[in-house]
Amino acid sequence: MTTAPTWKRIVLAVAAPVAAVLVAMLLSSVVLLIVGSNPLRAFADMFEHASRLETMVDILNRATPLYISGIAAAVGFRMGLFNIGVEGQYLLAAIVAAHLGAQVALPPVLHIPFILLVAMVVGAAYAGFAGVLKVTRGINEVISTIMLNAIAISGLVAFLVNRWQSGGAVVGGVGRVGTEPIPASGRIPNLNPLVELFTREIRQGKTLTGVLIIAVIVGVVFHLLLNRTRFGFDLRASGINPFAAQVGGVPPKRMVVMAMVISGIFAGLVGMSEIMNLGFFPANPIQGLGFTGIAVALLGRNRAVGAAVAALLFAFLDVSSGVLQFSGAASREIVVIMQGIIILAAVIAYEIARRAREREEAAAAAEAMVGERGEAA
Amino acid sequence: MAAAIELIGITKRFPGVVANDSVDLVVEEGEIHAICGENGAGKSTLMKILYGMLQPDEGVMKVEGKEVKFASPLDAIAAGIGMVHQHFMLADQLTVLENVILGAEPTRPGGLIDFDSAEEHFRRVAESYGLTVDPNDLVEDLEVGERQRVEIIKVLYRGARILILDEPTAVLVPHEVEELFRNMRELKEQGATILFIDHKLDEVLEIADTITVLRDGRTVATVKPDEVTAHDLAELMVGSDLPTPETTESTVRDEVALEVTDLTVTDEDGTRALVHSVSFDVHKGEVLGIAGVEGNGQAELIDALIGVTPPASGRIVLDGTDITRLSVRQRRELGLGYIPQDRHREGLLLPSPIWENAALGHQTRRPFAKGIWIDRVGARARTEEIIAEFDVRTPGVDTPAHALSGGNQQKLIVGREMVAEPVVLIAGHPTRGIDVGAQAAVWDDIREARRAGMATLLVSADLDELIGLSDRIMVMLRGRLVATLDPATVTPRELGAYMTGANTEEGAA
Repeated sequence: MTTAPTWKRIVLAVAAPVAAVLVAMLLSSVVLLIVGSNPLRAFADMFEHASRLETMVDILNRATPLYISGIAAAVGFRMGLFNIGVEGQYLLAAIVAAHLGAQVALPPVLHIPFILLVAMVVGAAYAGFAGVLKVTRGINEVISTIMLNAIAISGLVAFLVNRWQSGGAVVGGVGRVGTEPIPASGRIPNLNPLVELFTREIRQGKTLTGVLIIAVIVGVVFHLLLNRTRFGFDLRASGINPFAAQVGGVPPKRMVVMAMVISGIFAGLVGMSEIMNLGFFPANPIQGLGFTGIAVALLGRNRAVGAAVAALLFAFLDVSSGVLQFSGAASREIVVIMQGIIILAAVIAYEIARRAREREEAAAAAEAMVGERGEAA
Repeated sequence: MAAAIELIGITKRFPGVVANDSVDLVVEEGEIHAICGENGAGKSTLMKILYGMLQPDEGVMKVEGKEVKFASPLDAIAAGIGMVHQHFMLADQLTVLENVILGAEPTRPGGLIDFDSAEEHFRRVAESYGLTVDPNDLVEDLEVGERQRVEIIKVLYRGARILILDEPTAVLVPHEVEELFRNMRELKEQGATILFIDHKLDEVLEIADTITVLRDGRTVATVKPDEVTAHDLAELMVGSDLPTPETTESTVRDEVALEVTDLTVTDEDGTRALVHSVSFDVHKGEVLGIAGVEGNGQAELIDALIGVTPPASGRIVLDGTDITRLSVRQRRELGLGYIPQDRHREGLLLPSPIWENAALGHQTRRPFAKGIWIDRVGARARTEEIIAEFDVRTPGVDTPAHALSGGNQQKLIVGREMVAEPVVLIAGHPTRGIDVGAQAAVWDDIREARRAGMATLLVSADLDELIGLSDRIMVMLRGRLVATLDPATVTPRELGAYMTGANTEEGAA
């Protein structure tokens, strides 16, 4: 009896993001036509490029930190908190983890967890600070995390990079400066051998990051934590209705701090793919992952699977921007425009789907009432 | 001369409730007209209809003789009606003048705000009605009474001739009330018509020219203040018909379930006592009713009992355990049940499925939890039981709570608290705003649990409910418990008089 509504719910849930992507493609085509490019050729180039094994590796490498960052943001969103500080949290966590990881000599089974643990602790502490400020001083987390980003990025990280700089290494034929290299025992091996069991050899010197496995674990932990544990129930309840949660026995202040701490734990892992790939924290690290993570969480509706799809989509677009430039089909900036349009279209599509779902549910509930009355009469 | 406002047969239905049932009202031009009634009598709905915030399902509205239909407050303002809300809608960081012109700024060519002509207009309005406020003061520096005056000027500035004041005295201290009444008389002399909501009877008798009483969504009487006493008004408000629930055999046991000693709760600044040294106990199997006009400390008392606000002083003992310093969760685990007075604000996770709502407040215990995990199977099974036993009409346990009607939402909340078999149940207005069938079901549930030994603290504004369910009734007035009454002998009229302060225990004795 309940199968029909469930089926409809799934269709509605999938239809919205698909519609958003289609609308975004349509609108991007219009933009491409206006600037004099051929949209069909541009899209064909993008998809053709993405079908290559090496490009897929690039996409997964890019999606890995984006996904972890999206999950970090999603933890906050589910609690009704806006952690904009993932950016600062991951950069600070990554440099401290890279530096300390290079100072110790441990077997791989301990060395890798040690580095991950340091990153999680630093991320948690830095994010938790914003949570403590919120519950003790009433400072909005949006303001405090923006401030803490500035302090972390232009202050702490810039200072530490300078202080801990010790040569770096030549990576991909380019000499890069950074912190002292982490010994091999502390680096998560790449997944090339694993992939190559199923496919041909990965060429062009590309490697698939082993942190991908961490990202999968993060997704599973996030899903179980939120949907299956008492703690997750408390967190979601607080996000939906803090007053009801409070009289239901959920301590509001502790939940704010805990949500920020957990968000920070995940944020701390965002920078791992870069330091594991390079073996050190570079003087010019990849930035912006924290902000894009917010978009990933939004597009993925703060769900584990949704964020994975969103991270892959964003990674695909990022990687495609290069090929567009290279093939001359269109300017690479079209990708940024597409990302923006997808977000806007997704917000609108989700709202339409939500209304459709609520109408459906209200009708079913009304039917249940009338039905019972009919039986009683 | 046509009446300022004439309402004929105004009816407004909400799912499961008729808020206004064929209401007739005539407000003459230039009079101060009071609308009285218990909470839930339909006063607010009627005012919202008059101000265009709600549209009536049936009936005719006439303003100054012309039939009108308001699609939004903008139409009401255009017709010369202005409303001063109970909760002020002012921007603290702006000046009085800026607040008044907000949304109706006079502009100079080029789009700049013409502050000079605005101030001139402001002074003209303020002076002609005798309302003194400095237009250049920041609103955040003003007293509550002054803020209210700003709200009134704001309405007059937009050309209102008919003012609706929603419980204007609720937020004022006595001398501010006097000042307000002076202003109201001045406004009347200048030709304004004032319609105001109040349930403090002495105030109504002092200021109003005409009083209309609403009960259960109907107009029951329109009277002149010199024709009636506070007692008469109280009786009109609550109705003299005795409650339907039969007085059942007493189930009160000797054991005390909840003992409250000298409990004092202050406001956030710690300056004003909202609950003043309150002491009482509730025995097992007993329903203790707390009567009182809303805003006399009942909400604060409840918050202190369930543990949301820490009391300034005093002691709360639940079934032999001192819970004064315990958290909400610890109290709940010790057997404190709670039916919140506002189910949407405190009772439900509206977008969440029903089974999650059934778990709320009990998520640390079986069958909702197993260790650190939520037991989805156990929780669903328990929810199915609640749905069956408490007659919650829903397509299933996965339906979100917002899809249910108000009565079914309430039955769900009552059910989830009852199946946990609490030692003490705190019930705040447990049947407010739900239909008669659901109301009777909730009453039955409470009575049944009472037989089983549950102690209940029933806070309600529904006098029938209080008299019908309680074993004892205490009256709360200005944060104090001022009287203890026997529901077997007290009449709603007497109770109403105690609630409004028109009667005191000493006076009655």
